[in-house]
Amino acid sequence: MTVNFYPGTPQEILLPAKAWFIVMTLLAALLLNLLPWSGWWLWIRPDFVALTLLYWCIDQPRKIGFTIAFLLGLLMDVADGSLFGQHALAYSIVAYVGIVLHRRVQRFSITPQVLHVVPLLLLNDVIVLVIRLAAGGDFPGYRYFIGSLIGGALWPLISFLFKLPQHPRYDPDHV
Amino acid sequence: MEHSPPPFFKTGPTPLARLLIFSCLAFALLVADARFKYLETLRQIAAVILYPLQRIASAPASIVGRVGEFFVTQSALREENTQLRRENLDKSVLAQKAQSVEAENANLRKLLGARERSQMPSTIADVLYAARDPFSRRIVIDKGAQQDVKSGQPVIDGAGVVGQVTRVYPMLAEVTLITDKDHLVPVLNVRNGLRTVLAGTGADGTLELRFAPLSADVQKGDQLVTSGIDGVYPPGLPVAEVTTVDRNSAAMFAKITCKPLGGVANHTRVFVLHAKLDTPERPPEEVDKPVKARKGRRGG
Repeated sequence: MTVNFYPGTPQEILLPAKAWFIVMTLLAALLLNLLPWSGWWLWIRPDFVALTLLYWCIDQPRKIGFTIAFLLGLLMDVADGSLFGQHALAYSIVAYVGIVLHRRVQRFSITPQVLHVVPLLLLNDVIVLVIRLAAGGDFPGYRYFIGSLIGGALWPLISFLFKLPQHPRYDPDHV
Repeated sequence: MEHSPPPFFKTGPTPLARLLIFSCLAFALLVADARFKYLETLRQIAAVILYPLQRIASAPASIVGRVGEFFVTQSALREENTQLRRENLDKSVLAQKAQSVEAENANLRKLLGARERSQMPSTIADVLYAARDPFSRRIVIDKGAQQDVKSGQPVIDGAGVVGQVTRVYPMLAEVTLITDKDHLVPVLNVRNGLRTVLAGTGADGTLELRFAPLSADVQKGDQLVTSGIDGVYPPGLPVAEVTTVDRNSAAMFAKITCKPLGGVANHTRVFVLHAKLDTPERPPEEVDKPVKARKGRRGG
């Protein structure tokens, strides 16, 4: 989907993403979030669900939307045993920004895309944090935000992996 | 009507409108959950949907554990075996003593007319995952309402109190650890019988005795056990050991930190006690009688 700024280089036209593949990646992200993280791993763990959701909102904004974001948020709230609706709210807002910005972000190559993604993941953290503080929680320290930076660092890997099934198969017999 | 897009470009409400709808819904859920606790059934349903995923996600760790168990060396096993034998010997001596002491104790209690402490049935539960939420100290165990786990039941391990069941799902239960920021345990100092309340700090492995006066007789190394006056934790379970006592006369209270005796941060197996405490009946709520205004209305 990236627009080619350099006319000299060849560009591949990608196949559309399959709905089942999107569902599979979201389930995998949910599984990764549910792994028994503890200790320092808990702090550097990115929110895989937010990351995957953001990827699909930017890449396929017509196939994914608020309903899925909201439902995933509810599942995360149950898994964490936290107040109902905090992840749902955060994911909805992240999905909104992703959908609104998708044309802009798609135009950039991977590195500037990371600069768009990290603030969005931080926004996700901040929304959850604000709700927790309003509900009487303690500020857990700035290491709380490390996970989002790691999530940004994972963005190139994720966009490589998620684009794999979209590459057209080269058929030598086809004329 | 002229300005609406042609029908083949119809995409429903704009993203902003959808965002507003879903944000309102999320806020409604937040308020309903935080203020009114209406959403427990919805939470139960979502928990059942999530259950298979949770089991799958906790599988890799248990597989790694089992593979590790398979590859133990013979010397390690022998060492462990001798250690266990020695412990067993020590314990059997203690157990014999305990039998006689228990019989004696029962006799004495009968003489005193005190109620006998009831034997507590317990359920062994595996910890599925621990504290994924950086804001609170909780674990999720693999026994739930189907195994008769109820909210409020104490959870212990071999060494001491771990926490308390705070939310029950059909097949899982959530346990708030004693290190959670909002968690309190009424305790008794074994050395002198001083009753205090032990509070969690939100950090792993530290607890504190809040509001202890500067002159309180607490020393480093004191053992704290549950006092049982809360009707949640049965009396006599070991909870914590005092690690530092800081009496700064400029402060109002002594700063006393303790460390939990139970493996609060690292455990794989815990006991849920189905405790039925013989607490006296709650006194009837005192109904505030409306004070009759004696001299007409106030302020006129």
